[in-house]
Amino acid sequence: MLTNKSKQVVKREMTLMEKAYLPAIFSGMFITFKHIFMKKATVRYPEQTRPFAPVYRGQHVLKIDEAGAERCTACGLCAVACPAEAITMVAAERQKGEEHLYREEKYASIYEINMLRCIFCGLCEEACPKEAIFLTDRIVPSSFERDEFIYGKDKLVETIAHPVDVTKRQTPAVLEFKKDKKHKHNLTFLDKVTKTFSRH
Amino acid sequence: MPLVTIDDIPVEVPEGTTILEAARMIGGDIVPPAMCFHSKLKTSGGYCRTCIVKVEQGSAKDPRPIPKPVASCRTTVMDGMVVRNITSPENLEARAGVVELLLINHPLDCPVCDQAGECHLQDLGYEHGKEATRYEFARREFEPTDIGEHIKLHMNRCILCYRCVKVADQITDGRCHGVINRGEVAEISTYIEKAIDNDFSGNVIDVCPVGALTDKTFRFKSRVWFTKPVDAHRNCAKCCGKVRLWYQGEEVLRVTARKDQWGEVEDNTDGTTAWICNECRFDKKNTTDWTIEGPSKIDRHSVISANHYETSLRNIKADTLKMMGSVPHGVKVELGTGALDPNNLHK
Repeated sequence: MLTNKSKQVVKREMTLMEKAYLPAIFSGMFITFKHIFMKKATVRYPEQTRPFAPVYRGQHVLKIDEAGAERCTACGLCAVACPAEAITMVAAERQKGEEHLYREEKYASIYEINMLRCIFCGLCEEACPKEAIFLTDRIVPSSFERDEFIYGKDKLVETIAHPVDVTKRQTPAVLEFKKDKKHKHNLTFLDKVTKTFSRH
Repeated sequence: MPLVTIDDIPVEVPEGTTILEAARMIGGDIVPPAMCFHSKLKTSGGYCRTCIVKVEQGSAKDPRPIPKPVASCRTTVMDGMVVRNITSPENLEARAGVVELLLINHPLDCPVCDQAGECHLQDLGYEHGKEATRYEFARREFEPTDIGEHIKLHMNRCILCYRCVKVADQITDGRCHGVINRGEVAEISTYIEKAIDNDFSGNVIDVCPVGALTDKTFRFKSRVWFTKPVDAHRNCAKCCGKVRLWYQGEEVLRVTARKDQWGEVEDNTDGTTAWICNECRFDKKNTTDWTIEGPSKIDRHSVISANHYETSLRNIKADTLKMMGSVPHGVKVELGTGALDPNNLHK
């Protein structure tokens, strides 16, 4: 015997009560019946949703500024900070007359996040020097097709008509936290990257 | 041969060596940074003051200290000289002040700038904790201009190191650009907007320590840390043909000269400097044009080693699907179609 887990089987006569089976059935029925009046563990999604923690990290948004111009300048820091390598982008130069569309001289003509790779860690948000990318409390919907999980700018950029609120992720504490990158608590992978820029 | 002690490390160097070169013979952390000095360009150096060091003892014969920080790139060593660089806190503080002054008119547009990741000013700023600015007044502003067909000049970013002017003077025939105006309003310019068009003008890109002179053929194509450097050569009638190719996937995005650990253009085996011509730099962007020697040696702490992307970004959606291992049913993207195709933009 390698373990002490084996148990001796005892074969004994059942008592009359046990032979009748009814007490056992009723006690089981009672437990079932009791659960009808108990608080339900599920909610009726999607009519009903559970409350989210303010720091919940769901689907990303690419913010636009007050004038409606895209904040992202395709600097690539989110992509290099991403531990899952979920972000890819192609930069383009802003042409004359596009100043209302893009804030900076350079912008991302293609910006893709592979939601199957993404682990929603929020490092992209932390890396962003332009306050352009944020994680929100929206859930990435499920799908039958893999390619539908590659989110392009059509799904990521917010519109003036439908702004995405990220004030919960920009509390004074967060802004203070993000303000000074020299603090020890801010020394992340990104800082290591920026500190060792060049010298190759 | 004079014996000089730099940060308590003694080294014997030939007569006429500068303190900076002596420090480079020792190597390591004690080497002062240099923005304007470039060992391959005669008479360069002495403008930016980032290489300042403290001389505690002038020489064995006259042991008095030099009473102010000296530019190590322009000061020759004396026998018995004692120099302090990183072991002197006040010297580091003085250098941090120099860095702050260099950053006064700098736009700090690193997220946009193509030089980010291999920029000496960026290194310098981070090394001295000067990544933010205290300057509150209006900065000088210039529109980005084209200098010739292939070079973009962002005068906003320029620190007036004069390296590109020395390149034009010394390795191209017929210089047609330089610094016009003086003091605060000085700027790099071509003589009445005349384009630079001689065979070696592209080297100004390689010597520029900041992102003021950049390659227009590489403009906004990628960030340097998403590209892979590979050493290669070809038979070129005009130059040595020894270059560094910067690959993304199968594509050569950029061609530069090979740079050494100091960020300066390397020497050939015969001692001449491996400047490259414009044909090699701007026109030869196919792998078939080159004989590949192998991957370039990159410091493993460099951001360029953080390179994640193997594939070309030109068809990222298709590549992402390929990476996922299967092309599922109902895919609307055709493999190999360029995402830069206007029909695919914003897809």
